[in-house]
Amino acid sequence: MSLLRKSAAELAAMLAAGETTSVELTQACLDRIAAVDGAVHAFLHVDAEGALAQAAASDARRAAGTPASELDGVPIAVKDVLATQGLPTTCGSKILEGWIPPYDATVVARLRAAGLPILGKTNMDEFAMGSSTEHSAYGPTHNPWDLDRIPGGSGGGSAAAVAAFEAPLAIGTDTGGSIRQPGAVTGTVGLKPTYGGISRYGLVAMANSLDQVGPVTRTVLDSALLHEVIGGHDPLDSTSIDQPLPALVAAAREGASGDLSGLRVGVIAELRGEGYQAGVQQRFDEAVALLVGAGAEVVEVSCPSFAHALAAYYLIMPSEASSNLARFDAMRYGLRVVPDVAKNGGSPSAEDVMRATRDAGFGDEVKRRIILGTYALSSGYYDAYYGQAQKVRTLISQDFAAAFELADVLVSPTAPTTAFRIGEKLDDPLAMYLNDVATIPANLAGIPGLSVPAGLAPEDGLPVGFQVLAPALADDRLYRVGAALEALLEKQWGGALLDQAPALEGAVR
Amino acid sequence: MTTLLSYDDAIAAFDPAMGLEVHVELNTATKMFCGCPTEFGAEPNTQTCPTCLGLPGSLPVVNRKAVESAIRIGLALNCGVAAWCRFARKNYFYPDMPKNFQTSQYDEPIAFNGYLDVQLEGGEVFRVEIERAHMEEDTGKSTHVGGATGRIHGASHSLLDYNRAGIPLIEIVTKPIVGAGARAPEVAKAYVAELRELIKALGVSEARMEMGQMRCDVNLSLRPHGREKFGTRSETKNVNSLRSVERAARYEIQRHAAVLTSGGTIVQETRHFHEEDGSTAAGRIKEEAEDYRYFPEPDLVPVAPSREWVEELRAGLPELPSVQRKRIQADWGLSDHEMQSVLNAGAIELILATIAEGADAASARKWWMGELARRSNEDGIELAALPITPAQVARVAALVAEGSLNDKLARQVIEGVLDGDGDPDTVVEKRGLKVVSDEGALGSAVDEAIAANAAIADKVRGGNLAAAGALIGAVMKTTRGQADAKRVRELILERLAAQG
Ligand SMILES: [Zn+2]
Repeated sequence: MSLLRKSAAELAAMLAAGETTSVELTQACLDRIAAVDGAVHAFLHVDAEGALAQAAASDARRAAGTPASELDGVPIAVKDVLATQGLPTTCGSKILEGWIPPYDATVVARLRAAGLPILGKTNMDEFAMGSSTEHSAYGPTHNPWDLDRIPGGSGGGSAAAVAAFEAPLAIGTDTGGSIRQPGAVTGTVGLKPTYGGISRYGLVAMANSLDQVGPVTRTVLDSALLHEVIGGHDPLDSTSIDQPLPALVAAAREGASGDLSGLRVGVIAELRGEGYQAGVQQRFDEAVALLVGAGAEVVEVSCPSFAHALAAYYLIMPSEASSNLARFDAMRYGLRVVPDVAKNGGSPSAEDVMRATRDAGFGDEVKRRIILGTYALSSGYYDAYYGQAQKVRTLISQDFAAAFELADVLVSPTAPTTAFRIGEKLDDPLAMYLNDVATIPANLAGIPGLSVPAGLAPEDGLPVGFQVLAPALADDRLYRVGAALEALLEKQWGGALLDQAPALEGAVR
Repeated sequence: MTTLLSYDDAIAAFDPAMGLEVHVELNTATKMFCGCPTEFGAEPNTQTCPTCLGLPGSLPVVNRKAVESAIRIGLALNCGVAAWCRFARKNYFYPDMPKNFQTSQYDEPIAFNGYLDVQLEGGEVFRVEIERAHMEEDTGKSTHVGGATGRIHGASHSLLDYNRAGIPLIEIVTKPIVGAGARAPEVAKAYVAELRELIKALGVSEARMEMGQMRCDVNLSLRPHGREKFGTRSETKNVNSLRSVERAARYEIQRHAAVLTSGGTIVQETRHFHEEDGSTAAGRIKEEAEDYRYFPEPDLVPVAPSREWVEELRAGLPELPSVQRKRIQADWGLSDHEMQSVLNAGAIELILATIAEGADAASARKWWMGELARRSNEDGIELAALPITPAQVARVAALVAEGSLNDKLARQVIEGVLDGDGDPDTVVEKRGLKVVSDEGALGSAVDEAIAANAAIADKVRGGNLAAAGALIGAVMKTTRGQADAKRVRELILERLAAQG
């Protein structure tokens, strides 16, 4: 267990010093998965054999004095929405059950090239559509802090895997908060980079103009280390930024000193108050006070267009998704359902097969968004819906631009509440959608955002997330501020927040 | 059975309006959005990758060469070139389309507002205005197996080949073509022909219609004379030869006119052209208007060609076919009629290539338009498809010019090349085809001929020079045609004058 609790940075140092091996480490993760994942259900697929083989190869590189990267040998879990050659990739959907991609996502290829053994694929809301991981076709993931509660979503599997010490590192994706909100409710660190900062090649798209891949970790420094492995320009992704990444690890190390003198922090007026749980607000305010104590100057900023962010998001995202998901038609891969009876009599046509497959293969939330998106893009409605939503997007970017005139970073609670109970909001999609109110604006504007643990809400003892936002391309600022806050808070707590999480061994739900 | 009004009656009552949509498959080495090769005729599904198969997670990257071709086509069509434009998704379900949307362009085409002047039989020039030219990707190909006619109806199953999926296409759309009256079908054909020449001259596609590299949709509607508004249009898809374009337009004019004069209404529909009898037939009736739900492709950044690049491409445009034709006609000193026959034979490029190989214009034209055109007619194959190269024709011309061959021998050499006996020098060698230029041998042949035809020789002596032909013929006969007829004539006249 002691090995498992170490951060990736610590493990990398131990590997470098010869104090452990990648095989030992990977086996420890696999044992932990075997012990607790029955209760947590963070993984959809565990590749013990493959991970151990990669670990052995890593150890051989270490022995030869030629490690592939600083993180060579540190195991990782990958959200099941990224294509992994030779490993199943389901996106949490029945429609892709059994599909094994013939290619690696760029991020996965970079992980392999850097020598990180891939433990397996983590659970998620179907096609990343959800904020609770309850919409996985393979059953929900459970929050390691309280197995009756959701781990956030859509990347609940990655966050839970890291929070449950099943993996030191994980990869998530964030379209409206799917990395940051699970980070918040599981007491982990989640970062969504600047749009274009990490390749989307091989990420099964929900909403292409919003999706980004990012690190899911237990510390801010680990996030920066992983970000530097997977980030940077990729010619296979046209929307990838053709510029070097800022010095992220250096920023995280600098921030850990806890000195924020001269930093201007903007508190977003619209992301507080009504709808925010009291304990969430309290921990957020305390964290802001800590930043002030570290030398930061706090200003209040206003982003009035955020009032329309959720509405715009729920037009743009389903529009793009409805088109992206059209390819799942049983013709080339994935599920194929051949109906007994054709619509017009006789033998079933291609259209009959498509209809039956999509009906059986997609869950309700996916169908809901396909219908919404199809409607929003329809001729005669396009301007009123998709067109208007794009205008809101511009307004939100303008709000951010104005706010960043006044502040170097902006802050808010990551999610309005702590983890809710599994099943609690399943029948109320609108209540579910509200969970992303604070995270969505960053996706709409393409700016980077980080969630770091801010403590436990007094009323329920569950983790609260603190969100930091920076202008596009300034991801390094997030690491500086996040690492500083993490250091200051851990001094108060006397250790990592996750040290207070329940031990899961023997847990049943 | 569809009733048709006679063409003359139709035109007497109605004005036709046409819209032509032409798809051109570019000859880029790789596909529009991935690095797969575009070679024709490979084993099914061997030229595919995650992107052109639309596998989950794959992303497109724009082929710069295709954008360059699109801009060059736009410039050659006198279009404006967008400083900034986007791709858009055209959403509809069809098994041969891997993503169930086609990446195309919608309201932001790369090129727009141009024109193409086309010359009609008789020399009149008609200006066809271009609405737009935009970039898109081709679909895969379905083959329906087990049915009687290869159609989906009655087939037991279908096979899908995605080698063609993602091949770059440029769609060129005209503005409504009005005012052509009775000549509308001719204008349609002339436009597609001119466009094909243009595309070939640009080198962006071979534009072979029979191979589907260039495909035309003919939209047609009518209005009674004096009325402003045109009626409902029909859209005849995939009309794949120049002749068919003309026939399809003509047929639709007659069909529309018959429907309208009998008080019926034209249904907006897709129709298919039947090569066998030149008719069109309704395609599948659509229950509702197709809504493609276009929206900007979020996986691609906008295409923003710099002005410098566009100007560089403009400066690099080749001489356009219409300009080239005028210049050639002047250079070669051809009448309109002669020029027309060169064009009809499709001989311009071949003649130019032969000239480039060293032949003079007159002889290059003479061989291609004479002996070779005759053979092409006889064998029923296109001039360009004859098994002889411009270089070989140029060599024959050179042999004639240096006096090694006369015309008759040259024809035999060409025949040898066409028969597969090798290049001209080899044929000359193999068949012993060489002008007899040995003055001694020729001289005795001439003397023999004069001796054997004393009466004729006397006529020549008497001033009847035309009679010399018979003597020349006799010499050619004894030399088995291998004498230089001009020299033979000289020798005969020399001798008979000397004796006279
Ligand atoms: Zn391809």
